[in-house]
Amino acid sequence: MRSAKELNELRAALAQQLAERKRAKPRIIIGMGTCGIAAGAREILKAVLREVENRRLDVEVCQTGCIGMCQYEPLLDVQLPGGPRVTYGSVAVKDVPRIIASHVMGGRVVEELAVAQMADGEPLVEGVPTYDELDFFGRQLRIALANCGRIDPESITEYIACGGYAACAKALTEMTPEEVISEVKKAGLRGRGGAGFPTGLKWELTSRTPSDKKYIVCNADEGDPGAFMDRSLLEGDPHRVIEGMIIGAYAIGADEGYIYVRAEYPLAIKRLEIALKQAREQGLLGENLFGSGFSFDLHIKKGAGAFVCGEETALMASIEGRRGMPRPKPPFPSVSGLWGKPTNINNVETFANVAEIIDRGAEWFAGIGTEGSKGTKVFALTGKIAHTGLVEVPMGMSLREVIYDIGGGLPAGAQLKAVQIGGPSGGCIPAELLDLPIDYESLREVGAMMGSGGMVVMDQNTCMVDVARFFLKFTQNESCGKCTPCREGTKRMLEILDRICSGDGKDGDLELLEELACHIRDTSLCQLGGSAPNPVLSTLQYFRDEYEAHIRDKRCPANVCAGTSAPYQINAAVCIGCGLCVRVCPAGAVSGERRQPHHIDAGSCLVCGACAAKCPVHAIAQGA
Amino acid sequence: MGCICGQDKQSMQAYLQPLQQVLNRYAREERFLVPILQDAQEAYGYLPAEVMREIARSLNISFTKVYGVATFYSQFHLRPRGRNVIKVCTGTACHVRGGGEVLKAIQNVLGIEAGGTTPDLEFTLETVACIGACGLAPVIMINDDTHGRVNPENIKSILDGYRQPVHTEVAAG
Repeated sequence: MRSAKELNELRAALAQQLAERKRAKPRIIIGMGTCGIAAGAREILKAVLREVENRRLDVEVCQTGCIGMCQYEPLLDVQLPGGPRVTYGSVAVKDVPRIIASHVMGGRVVEELAVAQMADGEPLVEGVPTYDELDFFGRQLRIALANCGRIDPESITEYIACGGYAACAKALTEMTPEEVISEVKKAGLRGRGGAGFPTGLKWELTSRTPSDKKYIVCNADEGDPGAFMDRSLLEGDPHRVIEGMIIGAYAIGADEGYIYVRAEYPLAIKRLEIALKQAREQGLLGENLFGSGFSFDLHIKKGAGAFVCGEETALMASIEGRRGMPRPKPPFPSVSGLWGKPTNINNVETFANVAEIIDRGAEWFAGIGTEGSKGTKVFALTGKIAHTGLVEVPMGMSLREVIYDIGGGLPAGAQLKAVQIGGPSGGCIPAELLDLPIDYESLREVGAMMGSGGMVVMDQNTCMVDVARFFLKFTQNESCGKCTPCREGTKRMLEILDRICSGDGKDGDLELLEELACHIRDTSLCQLGGSAPNPVLSTLQYFRDEYEAHIRDKRCPANVCAGTSAPYQINAAVCIGCGLCVRVCPAGAVSGERRQPHHIDAGSCLVCGACAAKCPVHAIAQGA
Repeated sequence: MGCICGQDKQSMQAYLQPLQQVLNRYAREERFLVPILQDAQEAYGYLPAEVMREIARSLNISFTKVYGVATFYSQFHLRPRGRNVIKVCTGTACHVRGGGEVLKAIQNVLGIEAGGTTPDLEFTLETVACIGACGLAPVIMINDDTHGRVNPENIKSILDGYRQPVHTEVAAG
């Protein structure tokens, strides 16, 4: 790409081509993110191709990334020439012939399967809500995810046609590196990886360190259990991340960059490889970009499975080919990073915001969000919630709005107990704090943290002690072993939690846990250890009674912890002797004559609760 | 790859041939250690000691260093693994939605514990912290295929799809 003008001409040509393609033939678009594929999108694709061949149809079959509506996967879109793009959800292979016969060939939307439609510049059809009319989308504000699920992630032409790389051209040809940094600073963008360090300031620090060589690194080592924002972004719109990295590299003066991505994300890696190749072919990576004299290229580095590599100094050690262990800071990477050179590391979502800031200006971006937290945040909404999926909301929105208005609340019968935010570094926020605005400071005040954006909804059947133990087990397992507080301390904490969960907790355990937690938090070398106690501390703060019930009464209030769960008992006065419980019991613990009160053998009862769930007269409950 | 102890130099050379092809793809620099180990594991299915020794020799770094890196990252394996690798997600969302029951069901069907390999080298069972498909929890991965919304009842039929004859489905996408 020799100039911004060349890009503009290319865009105009590509946009026209795309419009012509849309006018020429019906398009069938299948959501092929990892989640779509897991839900069966590949079988849907095969069925579509089979149907298209059998009926000798002249249609275009293409793919897109994840639009975030995980509960409706697999998704299939149909767009007729001159019509809106209609999305069908929970599509089964048997639905494919019907959708094709009715909609593609007959022009009639299959309303009962249609989830939503987007106008895409054409008149809408009746009987199907638009995306904006859905609660799930209407309240979202999509900046980083704007293209996800809309464009073909393996096609640079679609990205360019909808405005891609324009911000990159603007930055490189019309702005100085200082102006780019100042724009990002004014926008108030903060790191989306969790800690929330101001991005512009980070760039400034790296740009000010004199050096003949600098690096820029994208941290895509998304390891938090319960988080998949980075994966969806890389799978759904890889060019947006690459564009953000080019702009960042220009700002700090780096000519080489790395994307460090988990090996567990094979599809994200594949799409990134395709995107890098296309960007090189278009001259968007390489020598003398846009005739500005600035040269830049990018490499993909596959992680090898170590959560600690999300920590920036550990990540750099891993890129250098060593064990991924953190080192003390300072020196900060902005002074001495990869191979001792100044290095700037940002998260995937952070880079995904950069192009829009340059394109639409700092003031626009700073107008979204709260005083201290600008812009939007992507969350992976999972757990006991009606609409699981990927959502992007303005900072400052309350948890209640995200969970109830966007996520549709909890499934019938479930009551919200807590929301876990920030993964193993975060905390559990109790139901009474649901009106808390989501921003960096508010979350920190209540003992959680933004983290990378996992949001797991938990109901009354979740034991908070078990949750704390789950996270601690994770961090304990992932502790790299370099510093003692994290290596030994988390192990001791886990032993105490194991003891409490198996009903052997004793007086003083909670105080000991708290003491250990504070020492580990304050003395660990890196943030893995520093934040590892958060899930324990926050559950101790808000759900101390549950810990106490485990220790004093040897009882798990949520009936999760096996060692503390009392076996089920049948109330003989209520039992009608129907025998349903006998049939569902996996352990054969229930016995009794037909039409006579039944009995559960306490020794064999697994406390699974299957009998109680099945009992038509509610005669079964746990013993005291 | 079979056992190679007590064999002569020539057969050792033949044994290391796939590794040489891997090494030829990279400059002999320490920074390529992780990708070399990844590719070598791809070629051998695991990282035999002789392979790691040869990597150390070729990159001119100590065997300890190679061993240290190979044992640090969970992706690397020093023992032979099954033809199909099952990864059961134990992440938060899967945990909340019954991932533990799924793991138990697989252990029952295969008769091995997490971390184990069936004697016929058909399956290796592992747990992972998070696959990143939480919206479809509980999730398992077999080789490069992700299976969502699994439950203890449909586990057996999913696994049966991977037994011999060779499963030919290619990686995602």
